[in-house]
Amino acid sequence: MASESIGGDGAATTLSGPTSQIPVLSLQHVTKTFGAIHALEDVSIDLYPGEAHGLVGENGAGKSTLVKIFAGVHTSDAGRLLINGVEVALSGPGDARDAGIAVIYQEPTLFPDLTVVENIFIGRQPLRAGRRIDGRAMHAQAESIFERLGVRLDPDRIARGLSIAEQQLVEIAKALSLEARVIVMDEPTAALSAVEVERLFRVATTLRESGVAVLFISHRLEEVFVLCQRVTVLRDGRLVLTRELAGLQADDLVRAMVGRDLVERETAVQTMGDTVLAVERLSREGVFLDITFDVRAGEIVALAGLVGAGRSETARAIFGVDSYDAGSVTVHGRRLRRATPAAAMAAGIGFVPEDRRLQGLVMSSSIMRNVALASLRRLSRFGFIRNSTERTFAADWAARLQIKYGRLSNPVSSLSGGNQQKVVLAKWLGRRPSLLIVDEPTRGIDVGTKAEVHRLLDELAGEGVAILMISSELPEVLRVADRILVMREGRLVAEFKHRGASEEAIVAAATGQVEVVTA
Amino acid sequence: MTTASVVAENPRRLVDLVFRVRTFGIVAVLALLVIVASSVQPRFLSTQELTFVLQDTMVFALLAIGETMVVLTRNVDLSVGAVLGLSAFISADMFGKHPGTSIPVVFLVGLGIGLACGIANGLLTTIGRVPSLVVTLATLYIIRGIDILIVGGGQVVASSLPNSFLNIPQATIVGIPYLALVIAAVVALVAYYLRSFRSGRDLYAIGSNPDAARLAGIPIATRVFTAFAISGMLAGVAGVLWAARYGTIDSTAGTGYELQVVAAVVVGGVAIFGGSGSVVGAALGALLLNAINDALYVLGISAFWDQAIAGLLLISAIALDRGITLQLTAALRRRSRLGA
Repeated sequence: MASESIGGDGAATTLSGPTSQIPVLSLQHVTKTFGAIHALEDVSIDLYPGEAHGLVGENGAGKSTLVKIFAGVHTSDAGRLLINGVEVALSGPGDARDAGIAVIYQEPTLFPDLTVVENIFIGRQPLRAGRRIDGRAMHAQAESIFERLGVRLDPDRIARGLSIAEQQLVEIAKALSLEARVIVMDEPTAALSAVEVERLFRVATTLRESGVAVLFISHRLEEVFVLCQRVTVLRDGRLVLTRELAGLQADDLVRAMVGRDLVERETAVQTMGDTVLAVERLSREGVFLDITFDVRAGEIVALAGLVGAGRSETARAIFGVDSYDAGSVTVHGRRLRRATPAAAMAAGIGFVPEDRRLQGLVMSSSIMRNVALASLRRLSRFGFIRNSTERTFAADWAARLQIKYGRLSNPVSSLSGGNQQKVVLAKWLGRRPSLLIVDEPTRGIDVGTKAEVHRLLDELAGEGVAILMISSELPEVLRVADRILVMREGRLVAEFKHRGASEEAIVAAATGQVEVVTA
Repeated sequence: MTTASVVAENPRRLVDLVFRVRTFGIVAVLALLVIVASSVQPRFLSTQELTFVLQDTMVFALLAIGETMVVLTRNVDLSVGAVLGLSAFISADMFGKHPGTSIPVVFLVGLGIGLACGIANGLLTTIGRVPSLVVTLATLYIIRGIDILIVGGGQVVASSLPNSFLNIPQATIVGIPYLALVIAAVVALVAYYLRSFRSGRDLYAIGSNPDAARLAGIPIATRVFTAFAISGMLAGVAGVLWAARYGTIDSTAGTGYELQVVAAVVVGGVAIFGGSGSVVGAALGALLLNAINDALYVLGISAFWDQAIAGLLLISAIALDRGITLQLTAALRRRSRLGA
């Protein structure tokens, strides 16, 4: 089977695959360009029935473009797509569906007003006499699919309010109802808790064992090792490696992805300054209770815990987005009287929210506008904002953060996820905050950019900025933070100094196996 | 707490309940209105008044059916009033210009005029990719302009119309205008279509999440186009009924109806951003607004209150929907956590 691989920088390139079978899906020498950018260049991938195939690469490596070609959203400029050895042309999402390809996106797009069953069968509901929808048959089919997947989900509830994990299950059920032979999962685990990831993997394994080919995309390499048999690495739109995972180390993949070795963060002890943020007995009924901690200048404090432990809510309350019932927030010794973002910003707090697309950026606006958005007062003279000042300001920060962009006037939506996150950071850094709150700063970001964001946070701390970071990735917490606070069910349950923390200890505290409260 | 436990047991029951409460709300307000109005002025319950209310509602109900289909897809049709006016004049004018024209032909002409306008709206929205708010605002003015051009300063008067035509809205079966029954049947038919056919469900899907609808391979353009065409067509038919009902038609016929229809649809529980609602609700909304109008007239209250009350109802309906949605989302999310 022609599993083409293009060698680069001495990365391992091995031809492999169960050669006795015909690949259920075979992509051959596909090229896709957007203007001058080569999103994909001569990429070939074979997927075999019953395999879980990992697809990894940095942001901008071309994974999303590849997914969109599979989904029929983009058509390739050159190359062929074969289903069971037969060439097909996908000119729309409907074609991909008919070809047996289903894509599960990181954030599924369901119909919030329709029921779960309807979401699964929309557009192709089973019919009875007179081309009317056969509700009973539809229901029965949904039930049997959920049974096959081994998940419990009420088929008659409306989709509004489903967790992301449940939404993905609905998408998977939809894929099964279509008898999809290829299921592409585009970073499905990015927003899931550990328990949900486990359930997703069980489902994926069930699918694989029933002969479906699963293409699994993730930034978490350890997940690729757990789930997949083979892996493909993309870099800058080119294929650098396709081979069996057995015998590979995570470091090998990282090297193939970035084309160089990553430098680990120096864990030199910073000199701490004065207390910048002091939170005292902050409470909000039913959300968080009695939260007391402080962050000093030059210190990075991480809030760890499970999803739903109240970390983001606490951060949002500190920044004044959400209200709190009791307690106080003090910045530089001055208590914030009103809990509003304006007051928090005036006091020198910057906030990089969890969901950059919804809360951090004006997606349709230009890169320049987004960078300058929080600093407009500083950039204006007599209330007017001069374009040139705004441009210089944005170009300056874009260069400092090494944002990869075409033109500053391009919409921010044209950037890759990692670069979007850098724009959000630039926006707040432009205000020279004395306290920066970052909520999941590297979610959905590739390893290379991740390391850059970590370096950036480090630099900021070196410059005396106090940083409060929320992260669900423990390796990140351990690598970046000077101090780690663990929340569970709305309470602060443990505190670790950087040196004294281990992943196991944090997990234990977050899940409530051991309670360690240090004064 | 109680809602949460209900949900935990059976969310479907809650969702159903919400819809029932929503429809029940309109019926309750309607009942309250009837009780209050008739206790003050028993004449309100006379056959004549009830017939009036139904006759006024018929035109609005027809418009509301089409508007609902459009609004469900996260669009809006503001041209219905102008379409009604144009169709009313041209169709009624036929009796004068071509004496002896048969009534079915007149209805077909009205329907055709409406359909043509609806098709224009649909094409501009889907192929032109212009937001329907802008498109139908523009066609509202254009069609009204054409209407004024054709009508000039003239008007059609009842004396030029055949009695058989003017009698259409008057004819009753056991006191109920038989046209009201026909329209009720149309409402039921469309409601069944929207619930039980793929293309009907597609309208809800498109309004609920347009991106997802595209990914699901739903022919969005076709469905939206069809909704506009039907809305235009029904507005054309409504124009003919309007002519039969009022007899005197000048170039101002149907002015301002578009907003009243949107109001009726929203009061009737159709989400203004699409995705949920029913034609039954919308028709009840039309009935409610017309009943209020008539009640105020019967009670001798200034017409100013009519619009103020309609506005108040609109705000209550929106606030209620917002509240319900928030409650529902919270309740369903809680359930999600329990289930996880």
